[in-house]
Amino acid sequence: MKMYLTNIFTDPERIDRLISIAKSSLLPLLEGAISYTIPLALISFVIGLTLAVLTALARISTIRVLQIIARVYVSAIRGTPLLVQLFLIFYLLPALNIIIDPFPSAVIGFSLNVGAYASEVIRAAILSIPKGQWEAGYSMGMSYQQLLKRIILPQASRVSIPPLSNTFISLVKDTSLASMILVTEMFRRAQEIAATNYEFILLYSMAALIYWVICFVLSVLQGFMEKRLNRYVS
Amino acid sequence: MITLKGLHKKFDELEVLKGIDLQVDRGKVVVVIGPSGSGKTTLLRCINVLETPTAGEISIDNQTLDFTDSVSKKAISSFRRLTGMVFQSYNLFPHMTALGNVMEGPLTVKGENKEAVRKRAEELLSKVGLGDKLDYYPFQLSGGQQQRVGIARALAMEPKVMLFDEPTSALDPELVGEVLKVMKNLASEGMTMVVVTHEMRFAEEAADEVIFMDGGHIIERGAPSQIFTNPKEERTKQFLNMIQ
Ligand SMILES: Nc1ncnc2c1ncn2[C@@H]1O[C@H](COP(=O)(O)OP(=O)(O)OP(=O)(O)O)[C@@H](O)[C@H]1O
Ligand SMILES: [Mg+2]
Repeated sequence: MKMYLTNIFTDPERIDRLISIAKSSLLPLLEGAISYTIPLALISFVIGLTLAVLTALARISTIRVLQIIARVYVSAIRGTPLLVQLFLIFYLLPALNIIIDPFPSAVIGFSLNVGAYASEVIRAAILSIPKGQWEAGYSMGMSYQQLLKRIILPQASRVSIPPLSNTFISLVKDTSLASMILVTEMFRRAQEIAATNYEFILLYSMAALIYWVICFVLSVLQGFMEKRLNRYVS
Repeated sequence: MITLKGLHKKFDELEVLKGIDLQVDRGKVVVVIGPSGSGKTTLLRCINVLETPTAGEISIDNQTLDFTDSVSKKAISSFRRLTGMVFQSYNLFPHMTALGNVMEGPLTVKGENKEAVRKRAEELLSKVGLGDKLDYYPFQLSGGQQQRVGIARALAMEPKVMLFDEPTSALDPELVGEVLKVMKNLASEGMTMVVVTHEMRFAEEAADEVIFMDGGHIIERGAPSQIFTNPKEERTKQFLNMIQ
């Protein structure tokens, strides 16, 4: 580290080399972010969230079998490392004669992961809605589905926005793990470029910076959404 | 209009309603009084089927649910529409405006035409004195205003019977009057009402009949003047002495 910094500050040729590598790598890195990292995170989040709502509803339902399936799923996902889950799916599917590309395989892994974690958030949010809200709905003849859709989930979603934003931001960063199962997302590109010119610190710094920018934009968006959804509370 | 026959309700081992028989004629206002824990709330919730009675029969406007057999969810849903419930804690939907709250039932449950529903909801809110607060969210309204939205919301479903569970007991004293006024108007328009309340003035002025409950039984019933000035039962006397 010391050598690296000393070099940068004292050796003009080294600076030029770093600048030119930075320039030529920026585009591939951004392209990796735009065509893999961000879509991977977005698609997995949408599927994961759907899974999470279903899982949360299964957990609070009175049907015993659904409850148990949901509990086992959440427990298994929370009790194993994400990287191991990704590897397992990557190798398991071909073993079952299901041949798919690394990208969809990663989508499956991340979706399952988000589904389990977010289901806990959504379950807690649903349970936090006062009993009187259910009763007001039921008393006018609403069905369970109508109540969920019109009364409970809209209120639960407001409560869940901050923790779910955290889930999404973590997910964006976790997509770097997809590099391990050959998805050419941003971090894998950084690794590949660095392998040719040995400027690991430069490329990983650039990758870090891009992750940071994406996550910063996301937290700004989160702020807007919270504001909008908070319009009906004092 | 309402007929209860042998209504029982048990929570596990605790028997809260021990065989209630009651008839309320169309357009009558019945006030239910009684000590805490006597089963007043449970009685209203059973009529609205928010609680499922353990045994007995409820009829409203020629529709009957017999709880001796099991009753389907669908039957319960449609039966609930016959009654409008007003809660002690209002239970307004906080993510909807006053207008939204009142329109919700007719739109979602009855699937009525939106324009027609909006018009009716505006009229109902004007009727409870909130014609200028249509677009306010519950948190922007006082307790008395919220409760009046609650009444309008229940009325929007065009129920045959209105049920009130201590509608003013969560309110600051100066806000009680505005809610009682709305209820009195409703009574004078001929709405059939069952009201649990400690507001004896309301009972005297608006009730056709007062029912005294204790320990899951109806102990005594009669005209307000009779119950308040000349109760027959010892327990009724004791209770009235305690609260006056
Ligand atoms: N969901 C429930 N589970 C178990 N017990 C209950 C439940 N609801 C009410 N009870 C019990 O039933 C009894 C009657 O309650 P209820 O609320 O009907 O009384 P109340 O006459 O409305 O009293 P208050 O004047 O305090 O409102 C009480 O002992 C109460 O603890
Ligand atoms: Mg009560």
